Amino acid sequence: MRIPCPYCGDRDSQEFVYRGDASPVRPADPAEETEFFDYVYLRENPAGPIDELWYHAQGCRNWITLTRDTRDHAISAARLTSEGKSA
Amino acid sequence: MTHYSLFTLLRNALTGHRHWDRAWRDAEPQESYDVIIVGGGGHGLATAYYLAKEHGITNVAVLEKGWIGGGNAGRNTTIIRSNYGLPGNIPFYEWSMKLWEGMEQDLNYNTMVSQRGVLNLYHSDAQRDAYARRGNMMRLHGVDAELLGRDQVQAMAPFLDYENARFPIQGGLLQRRGGTARHDAVVWGYARGASDRGVDIIQNCAVTGMLRGPDGSVTGVETTRGPIRAKKVGLSVAGNSSRLAEMAGLRLPIESHVLQAFVSEGLKPLIPGVITFGAGHFYVSQSDKGGLVFGGDIDGYNSYAQRGNLPTVEDVCEGGMALMPMIGRARLLRSWGGIMDMSMDGSPIIDHAPVGGLYLNAGWCYGGFKATPAAGWCFAHLLATDQPHETAADFRLDRFATGHVIDEKGQGAQPNLH
Repeated sequence: MRIPCPYCGDRDSQEFVYRGDASPVRPADPAEETEFFDYVYLRENPAGPIDELWYHAQGCRNWITLTRDTRDHAISAARLTSEGKSA
Repeated sequence: MTHYSLFTLLRNALTGHRHWDRAWRDAEPQESYDVIIVGGGGHGLATAYYLAKEHGITNVAVLEKGWIGGGNAGRNTTIIRSNYGLPGNIPFYEWSMKLWEGMEQDLNYNTMVSQRGVLNLYHSDAQRDAYARRGNMMRLHGVDAELLGRDQVQAMAPFLDYENARFPIQGGLLQRRGGTARHDAVVWGYARGASDRGVDIIQNCAVTGMLRGPDGSVTGVETTRGPIRAKKVGLSVAGNSSRLAEMAGLRLPIESHVLQAFVSEGLKPLIPGVITFGAGHFYVSQSDKGGLVFGGDIDGYNSYAQRGNLPTVEDVCEGGMALMPMIGRARLLRSWGGIMDMSMDGSPIIDHAPVGGLYLNAGWCYGGFKATPAAGWCFAHLLATDQPHETAADFRLDRFATGHVIDEKGQGAQPNLH
């Protein structure tokens, strides 16, 4: 699998560290325990496109938000996470 | 059903093996059942078998989207063991081990259970201490465990790389009662036993939705072969638990990941039992056909694709080369990938769903095969009595919310690390 880093271009996935689903958002303080439970443990786990965080550890060291289909690994979008959530 | 014995084997041999009965009925779906189990793998079929045998509930259907045993039951490395460390886990896996030990007589089916031993190697003083602790925890629960020194390991497995500069082998923790079993025979043995007691095994029947009653409880399933009603619906669909739960409006503490496994060309008898590398993630055994069956880590990112990628192939093979360099001479015959229910603490869930009429058997990570008999036993107990079985009482769905996680590896809520 090759990951289209917005900064470095197409790079081997081995250069990246996977951090998982990008959709959970840390609840703002003060938050209820149930909100934290939801944030820490519950996942949509979609069979299809998922937004997820990859860190280009052996490259530009940017955090990248990737939209990838979990059924066939087709990547439809990649952007720097620092540029915000909306694609 | 024909009772399998030396006598029936001889009789069928004399008639050219042309008159064997079918092992189980390929049933057509009825309108309704007492219990529907979604998923015709080892867990689902074992559940149906124990529902019928232990609880007398025979109006049961097992729905399978493809063919029975075609999912993770056919994609594992067939290892059985009960060398766990936490009180929530040990009694359950030891109960599973005991069921494995009596399985062939119970099912009247040769599941090729072979207690050839599971040896976990340690490579440092700290790791020896950790294994000594684990061995003590096992023995306190009545499970066999032996801590071996380097000489004892060397006598068992002289071919390992003992002088590896970074990871010299210092010894190992051995569970002699662990070993391997024949995965598809387990599926067929349970299918045969369940079918014989009246359970309908329905293949090519994918669940596409849940039927809901006026109070929101689950009253059956929509399938590709029409709606089927049931008083209770049990999900036993490792890898796809989130998708089925979503049909009932639930989100689970589970991510789906792909785990690869590999088999080499057939070799002469070489590896006595199951051996695991303690300094990387690599485990190997040898099948009765002679192939080296081995595996390692999951690929690490969410996946529903039943195939893996090359970096993990390389990583697993590097682990094998570090442990036993002779493996480099063997050619790889096949590799495959299965989709794992990676739970947030690395332990399974056998519990009521928060929706009436729905029951979960999920979150097995990559340890589902060894659990097959006990998972079936405990899930059947839950479905029949609405009470958790005593050995599976900690596998609750709400343990994540209440803080009672069973985190055997101590990794926290990072499913791709378990």
